[in-house]
Amino acid sequence: MLFQVLADGILTGSIIALGAIGLTLTMSVLRFPNFAHAELITFGAYIALAVLGLTGAFMGPLAPLSFGLPLILATVVAMAATAVLALLIDRLVYRKLRARSKKMTVVFGSFGVSLLVRMSILLVFGGAATYYSTALQRAIRVGGLFRVMPDQVFTLGLTIIIVVGLHLFLKFTRLGLAMRAYAENPQLVGIYGYDSERVLRWTWIIGAALAALAGVLYGLTVQIRPEIGFHLLLPLFAAAIMGGVGNVHGAVLGGLIVGLAESLSIYLIPPGYKMAVPFLLLLLILYLRPTGLFGSAKGAVR
Amino acid sequence: MTGILLYLVFFLIVTLIYSIVVMGLNLQWGYTGLFNAGVVAFYAIGAYGTAVLMGPDRSTLIGGFGLPFPIALIGGMAAAGLGALIVGLAALRLRDDYLAIATFGIAISVQLVALNFEGLTGGAQGLIGLPRPLFSMFDSPNGFNLFYLGFVACMAALVYLALQTALGSPWGRLLKAVREDETAAASLGKNPAMVRLQAFVLGCTLMGLAGGLYVGFIGFVSPLDFLPILTFQIWAMLIVGGSGNTKGAFVGAFAVWGLWSVSGMAVSKLLPVQFQSQGGAIQTMLIGLLIVLTLLFRPRGLIGESETISRHAN
Repeated sequence: MLFQVLADGILTGSIIALGAIGLTLTMSVLRFPNFAHAELITFGAYIALAVLGLTGAFMGPLAPLSFGLPLILATVVAMAATAVLALLIDRLVYRKLRARSKKMTVVFGSFGVSLLVRMSILLVFGGAATYYSTALQRAIRVGGLFRVMPDQVFTLGLTIIIVVGLHLFLKFTRLGLAMRAYAENPQLVGIYGYDSERVLRWTWIIGAALAALAGVLYGLTVQIRPEIGFHLLLPLFAAAIMGGVGNVHGAVLGGLIVGLAESLSIYLIPPGYKMAVPFLLLLLILYLRPTGLFGSAKGAVR
Repeated sequence: MTGILLYLVFFLIVTLIYSIVVMGLNLQWGYTGLFNAGVVAFYAIGAYGTAVLMGPDRSTLIGGFGLPFPIALIGGMAAAGLGALIVGLAALRLRDDYLAIATFGIAISVQLVALNFEGLTGGAQGLIGLPRPLFSMFDSPNGFNLFYLGFVACMAALVYLALQTALGSPWGRLLKAVREDETAAASLGKNPAMVRLQAFVLGCTLMGLAGGLYVGFIGFVSPLDFLPILTFQIWAMLIVGGSGNTKGAFVGAFAVWGLWSVSGMAVSKLLPVQFQSQGGAIQTMLIGLLIVLTLLFRPRGLIGESETISRHAN
């Protein structure tokens, strides 16, 4: 039982981690918590669903996974479409609001955008829960201790690959370095002759693509509903802050901790309160260690 | 004709109650620049707090203290203030955006408690059959509604006058100073974190007051009255009315609640039954659109903040 709970926690945590990476990145480079990030997750999940519907037949899954090439293709399309949506929102709304003197005005806007995107999805796709595939998947037994779905293992593996990839990107490419520099000091990036607009653009693209991926994986292992992003948002923020804003590895660790805590909470509190667990973790971290588990003192304090 | 008048009384009571919430939010966002993403949580805490304190004794429930309405109302406000203190102490000494995230979190958590803690909140059914203040004095519910309209109007006027006095005082200027230039305020020996905490807790207490007033009016609480959309509606009221201006709270509450009610009626009258839920989605989109468009094209709202210029200038 305990091993099953731990395994479930880690697997939920890996999806939270994927979403939190994108959130922590946009939060540190663009300097505001984008509450519409949740809707990018939902949007990605639904675009993949739509593409899958258009391409028709499933073309036979890649055993033992529940999905095949069409879903992988659909995910790529969804990531691209979500990136376009994020850039569009930035162009139409955020760009103007960022220039305002009250810097939280853009957060206000992000809530408005969030309502618009979520309700559009609800109007187009309806409110009922859907799935990419209704085929049953055979769980794998691991050493008689717990059972996992092959899709869940795939999700975990993909998260690890993405974290390593993103780490290398931020550490060794010129664009990655520029993004980190911009998070530290936006003016300096301009002074060094690097195009700030390009940095912002790529931050949106990467953040949105990861959000879409998280949405598809969530849809794959749980279900697809218009509220999935909204319900993930608090865990994502808790994970991002716990890891220290802007810290990719921190966000992953934070995501795993939040996932595990949600999963283990069934031993302590009735399951109805599970969604409040990230809030309690958030309060705890804000009281005890507001810079995150291994963040520098600079990020969090005014 | 009387049907319309009766509806108008109902509409005005709700509008005035919301205008008190908007005044609380205005103190936080308009004057101090604090972002409260969990307005509905503090409104709900005030409502449930009042309900638990004044409700009749019931064997299945915690509470049932049967306290008189005014005392229950103050208790509800105190509960909302306490909730604000817990969140505010955690987030206000940190980055601005942490308050937004923490208040977003308390909104979700309060909703869960309202739905799941059946012993206290009555769960999904809520608490019904609560006593309404002086209800037995009136021959008909309509008489009570008219009385309550007068009562809520007095409360709203009281809150307005108190806020105007406070905001015109040195404390009000301190709020703006912290909002505009925190470093300058701190260098004058002020404590910005303390000032922010005061404004935040006071604003949330007003939201709690409004929640309690709502319970006194309808005589029950149910989680359905405290959906997340309420937070967005209140914001729309604030920015449409114009933040940083207390009068705007009334204008915004009237305009947005009017728009919401009219669009709701249009949805229920014009759309066939199977499209009702889509109609609700369109109503919500209107709120989102109102927020985004006002921010982009009329950031000052209908009535903006008046400029503060020293008497001695010029």
